[in-house]
Amino acid sequence: MTAPTAPPLVDLFERGLDAPICLTWELTYACNLACAHCLSSSGRRDPRELSTAEAKAVIDELEAMQVFYVNIGGGEPTVRADFWELLDYATAHHVGVKFSTNGVRITPDAAARLASNDYVDVQISLDGATADVNDAVRGAGSYATALRALENLAAAGMRNFKISVVCTRHNIPQLDDFKALADRFGAQLRLTRLRPSGRGADVWDELHPTAAQQRELYDWLLAHGENVLTGDSFFHLSAYGEALPGLNLCGAGRVVCLIDPVGDVYACPFAIHDEFLAGNVREADGFSGVWRDSELFRRLRTPQHGGACASCAFYDTCKGGCMAAKFFTGLPLDGPDPECVQGYGEQLLARRGDGTRVPKPSGDHSRRSRTTVDLVLTRREAVEQRARPPVSDCAEHPLAGLDLTPTGKDTAHA
Amino acid sequence: MSQLHATSPVPATEIQDEENPDEQSLIEADDLIEEVSIDGMCGVY
Amino acid sequence: MTTTDSATIVMDLDRAWDLHPQVSVRPEPFGALLYHFGTRKLSFLKDRRLLAVVQALAYAPTARAACLAAGLGDNELPRYGRALAVLVQSSMVVGRTP
Repeated sequence: MTAPTAPPLVDLFERGLDAPICLTWELTYACNLACAHCLSSSGRRDPRELSTAEAKAVIDELEAMQVFYVNIGGGEPTVRADFWELLDYATAHHVGVKFSTNGVRITPDAAARLASNDYVDVQISLDGATADVNDAVRGAGSYATALRALENLAAAGMRNFKISVVCTRHNIPQLDDFKALADRFGAQLRLTRLRPSGRGADVWDELHPTAAQQRELYDWLLAHGENVLTGDSFFHLSAYGEALPGLNLCGAGRVVCLIDPVGDVYACPFAIHDEFLAGNVREADGFSGVWRDSELFRRLRTPQHGGACASCAFYDTCKGGCMAAKFFTGLPLDGPDPECVQGYGEQLLARRGDGTRVPKPSGDHSRRSRTTVDLVLTRREAVEQRARPPVSDCAEHPLAGLDLTPTGKDTAHA
Repeated sequence: MSQLHATSPVPATEIQDEENPDEQSLIEADDLIEEVSIDGMCGVY
Repeated sequence: MTTTDSATIVMDLDRAWDLHPQVSVRPEPFGALLYHFGTRKLSFLKDRRLLAVVQALAYAPTARAACLAAGLGDNELPRYGRALAVLVQSSMVVGRTP
């Protein structure tokens, strides 16, 4: 008798697993930058942030659940005073870490420290291959900061660090240049999808790629994308024909999720909204209780019906696209993605009235003055000589507890 | 995907496959194993 | 294990094997997830008996013995041998000197 064939992996994963395979963990909403499209609307620290002890308890849970890998981000995760402590704690407890950073604290010393830890990966955020394109979205000086970090990582012998790009109308013409930049530093290029999440909703209309650019991106990935990562964020492009590498699956609540700085658990980092809030790690059964038993995740793990998309020839690989993209553009979740390559999303958006209100993110930690914060990197000994009072739990300043000297001048947000 | 086979190949006569006697040796291991990049699932930075 | 050319891997069922020490095995209802902390590779075993084979490798004198201990029939050895070869290729399974 022929042996039975196992179902495709995608089918198995759509039902959810007993533990995530990996997840995103935003350590803080504090950030020195104020990127126009920030998916977590970061800037100001939330006073209710998990403490170091609470964060370690989460790591203990992840270890017990055998979550192999966490993507640590924020805000800017390295502005947390206990960032290195948590990084070391995670890797010492069988949880691999990749952290996403704008590079502000990747000094030569930091780079050397990272290069010596085999279980850490680093991802430098960059949204333009040139300073003008990048800084228009991420703020004046952010390109220079990122490049300095890349130089320091390369010089320290760090392997496999990544440059992570959010694809926009302005940088899609620079795909070859991004690849060249990555090659120059011995880094791996990562291209990901812009979602109308967080502040991304405010700039979505101007920044999201045009239909023609989506096609350009797809063609480029097929032709040049062999060593380019995408975080499986372009599975909606599989409707052009050939599916791109990856699971081609929305992992939200099934194989991935988000833990936010105050311990809230969301289906994914692009869906920070009460609609996609599953629970909080501070609840009695912790993160594992939320992952296993939350009503939201149970719902996401039941078979999804295509709704309006079910009759489309490409539904099997496109799956109706990104839940978060639909939600934050006010489209129904059982219909086409706003960037549906067949144009069905655009049609739906055009048909409804201009006055349609779209959901707003549940929280907004944006800095009110919308300026970037200049930092000067000082030597460690100079910093340690100053006595600092303990950080108040109510401190909202994004740099609360950070041992660096601000220059005292704010540059206008570009 | 490469063709893989054991060093001690089992003679075809011993492979009892009533439906497709010749296809057994062509079946890839994909039905038993799938490899994916840790970066290959959507919903993560 | 010998490599005859770049496209063909030959699995030696008659030697001792083991999981790479940096591999974490997470059983699942459908089989198991294997993650290699060094290479960052993720493999999905879609079969519980393959999981049983992999877990038996460290204690069995040969891969063939591990397969038989996991309840496989002789006629299944080629198929499971190929799966093991995939794991060797991705460094999840490594040779062991008993």
